[in-house]
Amino acid sequence: MTTTETTSVAARPATAKSAGFDAERIRQDFPALRQIINGKPLIYLDNAATTQKPQAVLDALRKFYETECANVHRGLHWMSEEATRDYEGSREKVRQFLGAADTKEIVFVRGTTEAINLVAQSFGRPRFRAGDEILITAMEHHSNIVPWQMLCEQTGAVLRVAPINDDGELLLDEFERLLTERTRLAAVSHISNALGTVNPVARLIEMAHSRKVPVLLDGAQAAPHMPVNVQELDCDFYAFSGHKLYGPTGIGVLYGKAQWLEEMPPYQGGGDMINYVTFEKTTYNALPYKFEAGTPHIAGVIGLGAAVDYLNQIGLERAGAYENELLGYATERVRRIPGVRIIGTAREKAGVLSFEIEGIHPHDVGTILDREGVAVRAGHHCAMPVMDRFGVPATTRASFSFYNTPGEVDALVAGIEKVKEVFG
Amino acid sequence: MSEVKELYQELIVEHSKKPRNFGKLAGANHTATGYNPLCGDKVTVYLTLEGDRVRDIRWEGSGCAISTASASLMTERSKDKPRAETDALFEIFHKLVTGGSLSEQEAGQLGKLAVFSGVKEFPVRVKCATLAWHTLRAALKGEKAVTTD
Repeated sequence: MTTTETTSVAARPATAKSAGFDAERIRQDFPALRQIINGKPLIYLDNAATTQKPQAVLDALRKFYETECANVHRGLHWMSEEATRDYEGSREKVRQFLGAADTKEIVFVRGTTEAINLVAQSFGRPRFRAGDEILITAMEHHSNIVPWQMLCEQTGAVLRVAPINDDGELLLDEFERLLTERTRLAAVSHISNALGTVNPVARLIEMAHSRKVPVLLDGAQAAPHMPVNVQELDCDFYAFSGHKLYGPTGIGVLYGKAQWLEEMPPYQGGGDMINYVTFEKTTYNALPYKFEAGTPHIAGVIGLGAAVDYLNQIGLERAGAYENELLGYATERVRRIPGVRIIGTAREKAGVLSFEIEGIHPHDVGTILDREGVAVRAGHHCAMPVMDRFGVPATTRASFSFYNTPGEVDALVAGIEKVKEVFG
Repeated sequence: MSEVKELYQELIVEHSKKPRNFGKLAGANHTATGYNPLCGDKVTVYLTLEGDRVRDIRWEGSGCAISTASASLMTERSKDKPRAETDALFEIFHKLVTGGSLSEQEAGQLGKLAVFSGVKEFPVRVKCATLAWHTLRAALKGEKAVTTD
C-alpha cells in the first residue's frame, strides 16, 4: 500500500531544505503565506484547488494595469503595442514551457474546463457520429466528464470509461481493450486531482495512436508539478489552468497540434478571430487567433507569463522532486494515525493526499483543521464518480506545493489528532 | 479550540454517532428528500401526519456530524407535535444558527436544540444544521425534494 516515493523517505526531511531546495526562502516570494488565520500562521494545503501567487506575478499584473492597459492586436498607439508585445511574449513563454513546436498551437482560454469544452465542441461535434466512442477514465474530474456527456447527447456518441484498481491506478489492459475501431478520442487526466495518481500518459498515447485515436490530456494538476513536453509525449491536445500554476485566475491554455486546430471551426465568434467580415460572409483569422474571440484576458495572459518565468527560475524539476519528498513524508505520517485510510495509493503519485478518518465526516475534519489554521479541501473534489468508486461520500484532501514545509505536515498531523480528540 | 468545542458540543457528537429515529417509517403518508449540493449531505424525512399532528417521524441519510445530529434532534423534537409548533420552532432555530437575536421566550422554547448555538460562528455550516428542517417543511407541504440552494 506504500508508494515508491514513500518507502524511501519514511523519516522527516531534516529541514525545509531538501532535495537541494529551500522552501523557507521560496515562501518569502508569496505574500499570502504571511497571513495569520484564526490566530495561527496560515498553513495552506489546498494547492490542488488553487495556488498562491508569487510577488512577481502580482507585480506583472500591477505593471500591466498601471502602465500599459490597452487592447491588443488593434491599437496603433504605444500602450497597445506594449500590451500586444507582452501578451504575445507570454504565448512564446508558454510554448517553451510546454515544448510545443509553434506559438500558433497555444490558445489562451479561461482554464482547463474551457479548453476541454472547446475541443469537445470544435473538434468533436462536427466529426463525431452516432455510435462513435469517447474513452475517458474512472478518475476524471467533472470537467473531463461532463463536456463529453454533452457532446454525446448532441452527436449520439457513447462515453466509455476505463476502470481503476483499489489503489487508484488505471487498468492499462482495460484501457487498451476499450480502444476500439469506434473510438474517436481518448481524454485522460495526466494527474488525478482527487487521488494524486500520475497516469502513464506516454504509454496511453502510444496505445491510442497505434489505433489512430487522438488523445487529450487534462494537465490541470500535472503542469504545476512536473516538466511537460507535448512534442515528446506526442499528445494531440493538452489543457491546463493558470491559477493552479501560480498564475492568475480566469486564464488557461489549450495546446493543440496545428494539424487539428487548422481543421477545427472556431469555438466562438466575435472580434479578433476574423480576417474579413461582411454580412454575407466572414473569413476567419489564422491560428491561434481563430480561437480567441473578443478581447482576451490580457492581464491574465501577462500574469501567466510571469508565473512561467517564476517556475523556470526556481526549476520545476527540482521543485517537483521536493514536493514528492514532502508528499512521501506526509503519507508516512498520516497513514500511521489509527483510524485513517488513505484514498489513492498508486505507485506513482504527485501532490495530493486524500484520506478519510473512520466515523468522522470530512466536512467536520475540514472545519476543525481550519480553526487550527490548516486549509485543506473537504468534499468530492469535483470527482463524484471517484468517490463512488471508493465508497465514500467525500474525502479530506491535503495538496502540496513546493512552498510547503515538513513543519506544515506536522501541523496537519497534529490537527488530525485534534479532530479525533473532539470526536473522542 | 473554544469555537470548535462550542460547535461540537457533547450532545451533537453523541447524536451524530447514534442518531435517533433513523430508518424508514412504515406507513408514512408524507416524505421528502433534502440535498445539499455543496457538500453532498442527504436527508430523507418520513412522517405520518394525522390531521394537523405529526404522529410519527423517522429519517435516513448521510452527512456530517452537524447535519446528522440536527436530523436526529429534529425528529426527536417534532414527534407527536402539532405541525404549527414545528413550523414556529424552525423559525427560532434558524435565528439561532444564523446569529439572529432571540427573545427570552424564543430561547426558552429551544430546549436541547440550543446546542446548535455554535453554528453561528461557522456560516458555511448553517446549511448543514438546517437541512433536516428544510426537508421536514417540504414533507409537510407535500413537496418531494428540496435543496439548500
